[in-house]
Amino acid sequence: MLVSLEHYLCLSAILFTLGVFGIFLNRKNVITILMSIELMLLAVNINLVSFSSYLNDIQGQIFTIFVLTVAAAEAAIGLAILVIYYRNSGSISVEEINKLRG
Amino acid sequence: MVTSLFFYLFSFIITSCAVMVISSKNPVHSVLFLILAFFNSGALFVILGAEFLAMMLVIVYVGAVAVLFLFVVMMLNINYSTIKDGFQKYLPIGLLIGLILFIEIILMVFSGDLLVNQNENTLTNLPNTHQIGLLLYTDYIYVFQLSGLILLVAMVGAIVLTLRDRTGVKKQNITDQNSRKVSDVITLVKMDEEN
Repeated sequence: MLVSLEHYLCLSAILFTLGVFGIFLNRKNVITILMSIELMLLAVNINLVSFSSYLNDIQGQIFTIFVLTVAAAEAAIGLAILVIYYRNSGSISVEEINKLRG
Repeated sequence: MVTSLFFYLFSFIITSCAVMVISSKNPVHSVLFLILAFFNSGALFVILGAEFLAMMLVIVYVGAVAVLFLFVVMMLNINYSTIKDGFQKYLPIGLLIGLILFIEIILMVFSGDLLVNQNENTLTNLPNTHQIGLLLYTDYIYVFQLSGLILLVAMVGAIVLTLRDRTGVKKQNITDQNSRKVSDVITLVKMDEEN
């Protein structure tokens, strides 16, 4: 194969960094932060599947299934919390979520 | 040659989609770019020989997660004009931390031989889905059940969180309906035949 493992790892590193960058950038919008988390999980999935493919080991793909499951559960719970938070406060800005500070 | 061409095409689309997801002004556009990124990652998975996961990525992410995001974005009535106000404030620190993280990951990737633990798979003649099934339902059966439990907890949690009791809404009360008796509700009145 002409495309080596390092190519995939670089792509996943770029994707993960963009996810982290998105969390820092979008402080007014929790939905975009959740989407950034999905991007980071996608980077992890690409990493696992590429290692699984290049090492001839199917276990990486098994773990990708579990990561996918957790990502789906996390998105559902996160969006549910977002909906009730918006219902109570009328905004989705992270900067204003400081009521637990005491 | 064709494989590497397709790899560069798909990875370019994924990267530009990720940039658009985090920088788009409208969250609806962000979700749509996220969907495109998931589709292209599925194509990359097909190149890597993981067809089952490619299909699963499209079904789970595009079919469930992205639609959920789209649903919530359209349900909430957000003022989009103020949503990018803190963009400039957090740009330097985000750029700094992202750059450090990226350099660290790249250094780790190129620090040594990554393929030292390459093993001879005896199942390579089987299809991808068959291989996953052989491992998932034997060695990983408890973890598989546990992931099902996680999904159940997430479903119950999401329902409990978003359910609310609204006053002034007519609802069906099953206990009341079942405890009604004929003698409580119907009264027979005798009338004269002449009327």
